[in-house]
Amino acid sequence: MSAGRLRQLTLIAPLALIAPAAALAQNATGKPGEHILSTGFKFAEQSGEALYVNVCQACHMPDGKGAIGAGAYPALAGDANLAVGASPVAVVINGQRGMPPVGFLMSDEQVAAVVNYVRTHFSNTYRDTVSAADVKALRSGKP
Amino acid sequence: MQSDKATAVSRRDLLALIGTAAGSAAMYQAMQSLGFAANSAYPGPIALSGDVKGASVLILGAGLAGMTAALELRKAGYKVQVLEYNRRAGGRNWTLRGGDTFTELGGFTQTCAFEEGHYFNPGPWRIPYHHGAVLDYCKRLNVALEPFVELNYNAYLHAPDAFGGRPQRIRTIKTDFEGHVAELLAKATAQGRLDEAVSTEDKEILLNALKAWGALDKDYAYKANLISARVRGYAKGPGGGLDAAPAAGEPVALRDILKSELWEYLRSFSQIEFQTTLFQPAGGMDMIGKAFARETGDLIRYDAKVTKIAQDDSGVTVTYVDARAPAAEQTAKADWCVSTIPLSILSQIPINVGARMRAAIDAVPYASAVKIGLQFKRRFWEEDEAIYGGISYTGLPIREIAYPSSGLNRGGRGVLLGGYIFEGSNAYEFASMAPAERVARAVALGSQIHPQYPTEFENGVAVAWQRVPFTLGCAGYWTEKTRAEHYDDLCQIDGRIVLAGEHASYLPAWQEGAILSSLDAITRLHHRVVRT
Repeated sequence: MSAGRLRQLTLIAPLALIAPAAALAQNATGKPGEHILSTGFKFAEQSGEALYVNVCQACHMPDGKGAIGAGAYPALAGDANLAVGASPVAVVINGQRGMPPVGFLMSDEQVAAVVNYVRTHFSNTYRDTVSAADVKALRSGKP
Repeated sequence: MQSDKATAVSRRDLLALIGTAAGSAAMYQAMQSLGFAANSAYPGPIALSGDVKGASVLILGAGLAGMTAALELRKAGYKVQVLEYNRRAGGRNWTLRGGDTFTELGGFTQTCAFEEGHYFNPGPWRIPYHHGAVLDYCKRLNVALEPFVELNYNAYLHAPDAFGGRPQRIRTIKTDFEGHVAELLAKATAQGRLDEAVSTEDKEILLNALKAWGALDKDYAYKANLISARVRGYAKGPGGGLDAAPAAGEPVALRDILKSELWEYLRSFSQIEFQTTLFQPAGGMDMIGKAFARETGDLIRYDAKVTKIAQDDSGVTVTYVDARAPAAEQTAKADWCVSTIPLSILSQIPINVGARMRAAIDAVPYASAVKIGLQFKRRFWEEDEAIYGGISYTGLPIREIAYPSSGLNRGGRGVLLGGYIFEGSNAYEFASMAPAERVARAVALGSQIHPQYPTEFENGVAVAWQRVPFTLGCAGYWTEKTRAEHYDDLCQIDGRIVLAGEHASYLPAWQEGAILSSLDAITRLHHRVVRT
């Protein structure tokens, strides 16, 4: 078992509902057109689009418009909080209120890819990009 | 090294000694430190005595925490009202049956098509024997319980890339793993490798214990024979009459078990939450919520979406709208407020509490979880595979398959929990799919364990908690760090407001945590009321 996996299990163990996953392979299952199911605890998707479609859209929805129930998932379409790239990177890494910290399930490259994807889709047209190095720096800044 | 005499004092002797010398309080203290009396934090029914001076309490949320508060506070003499977002009571205490519909965020609506008498619990589904508060309310509210089968030795452990993808019986993996380990330990003991840690006298006892525990033969070897077969199961079971002698099967090699990582799953059964006996309400988990609602339903205003919580010196005012027609704002007022709204939602509602509680409300993200219920034409897991209740674990993204604990051996249809994906990549990935795809993928994956799936499958429902409108997630996700920083601030009474729910407990995601948190919150609130 890798140290990373052990850490994840420790992290979720207090919830007392875990079923340890036996497979550790880095690839994923899914036919063309189907959603991806990673075979490891972390996300296997690499491109910004694949990460959005298989992770973010669970809450922010396929059209990036979010959803409203007793509380709301904010729309990413035209979201002013995306203007500075570091801001969504921090949210992906640390979580924020209803948003869980999904960044620990992604590499620095994956976080950068999905943030860049969101900042250039759903009518967002930011030209600057964030890099894996930016993500790494932000990750080490906050535990 | 301790003397043999000191270590030979049994727990019971020790307790008797302490009891005589120091009285029963010390005895109870000692019992707790030895772990006998401490597993349940439930002290028994609460008695909120004293003059409440006509005080009123507004409770937000009619889940188990909210309805516990409503039931107990009304009994104590408070004027109580409850606001609930859903059109039903229970919150995450929830069961889907044939004919039920559910619309998730994003607009997908599912209609459950299960045959009458079958059900699926999207939320909590089992009650450990030491969850004393849940059990006591079940008893007081006449909720019939039945055993929930957690550990079934005949269910499977499955790793897609081990043993050619063939599922292994829990019984054989557990026995073979323990047998091989016992043999290794016995070898090391006999060779004197453990002499520093084990006294000569203990060595003999340890060898005997390893032989018994590991089903070893007289030479302390773990082998294919009738000693191991009595634990791991037979290749041919004992019968009657001629040709009836049992035959032993070959144990799985230690290196194959180690490589498969199936040993990891054995740990889940050993956790105290999953040790027998566990219970479930007969007919579905929502029998508990319904029983609470029979007691408190007249206090509940349904379809009420809270939009603002404001307190001042004179009381608490909560603004809400009709969840189905959100145009007109209404208000409810009381002297005090108990909010059980999940933090994923409360963190989005304007509320004037102090900076510390505010920070605590914002600090707890919600875990992601998906559950999938599948109906099959026949109970093939019982008829073909002799699996009656219990859980199979797999490295596939569905993570587990749980077999129904009721209706055993009766034939006809059956409903399985076809996937329970808690946290990790797959929880988000399943939640990102449309419900029908979640079900289809669970059927496709599950057929690697049960090849009967494709021909026997009829219909299914899939609940992704991230998309559940009334929680936006499964349960509060605490870490050691956030607990140290924020937990006490979350639980403190802030002015006239106190929070309750599983998120304000050390039993996250458990109903016991919701009730214990509620009892603690209203007890503290009550003390404040009768004191002032």
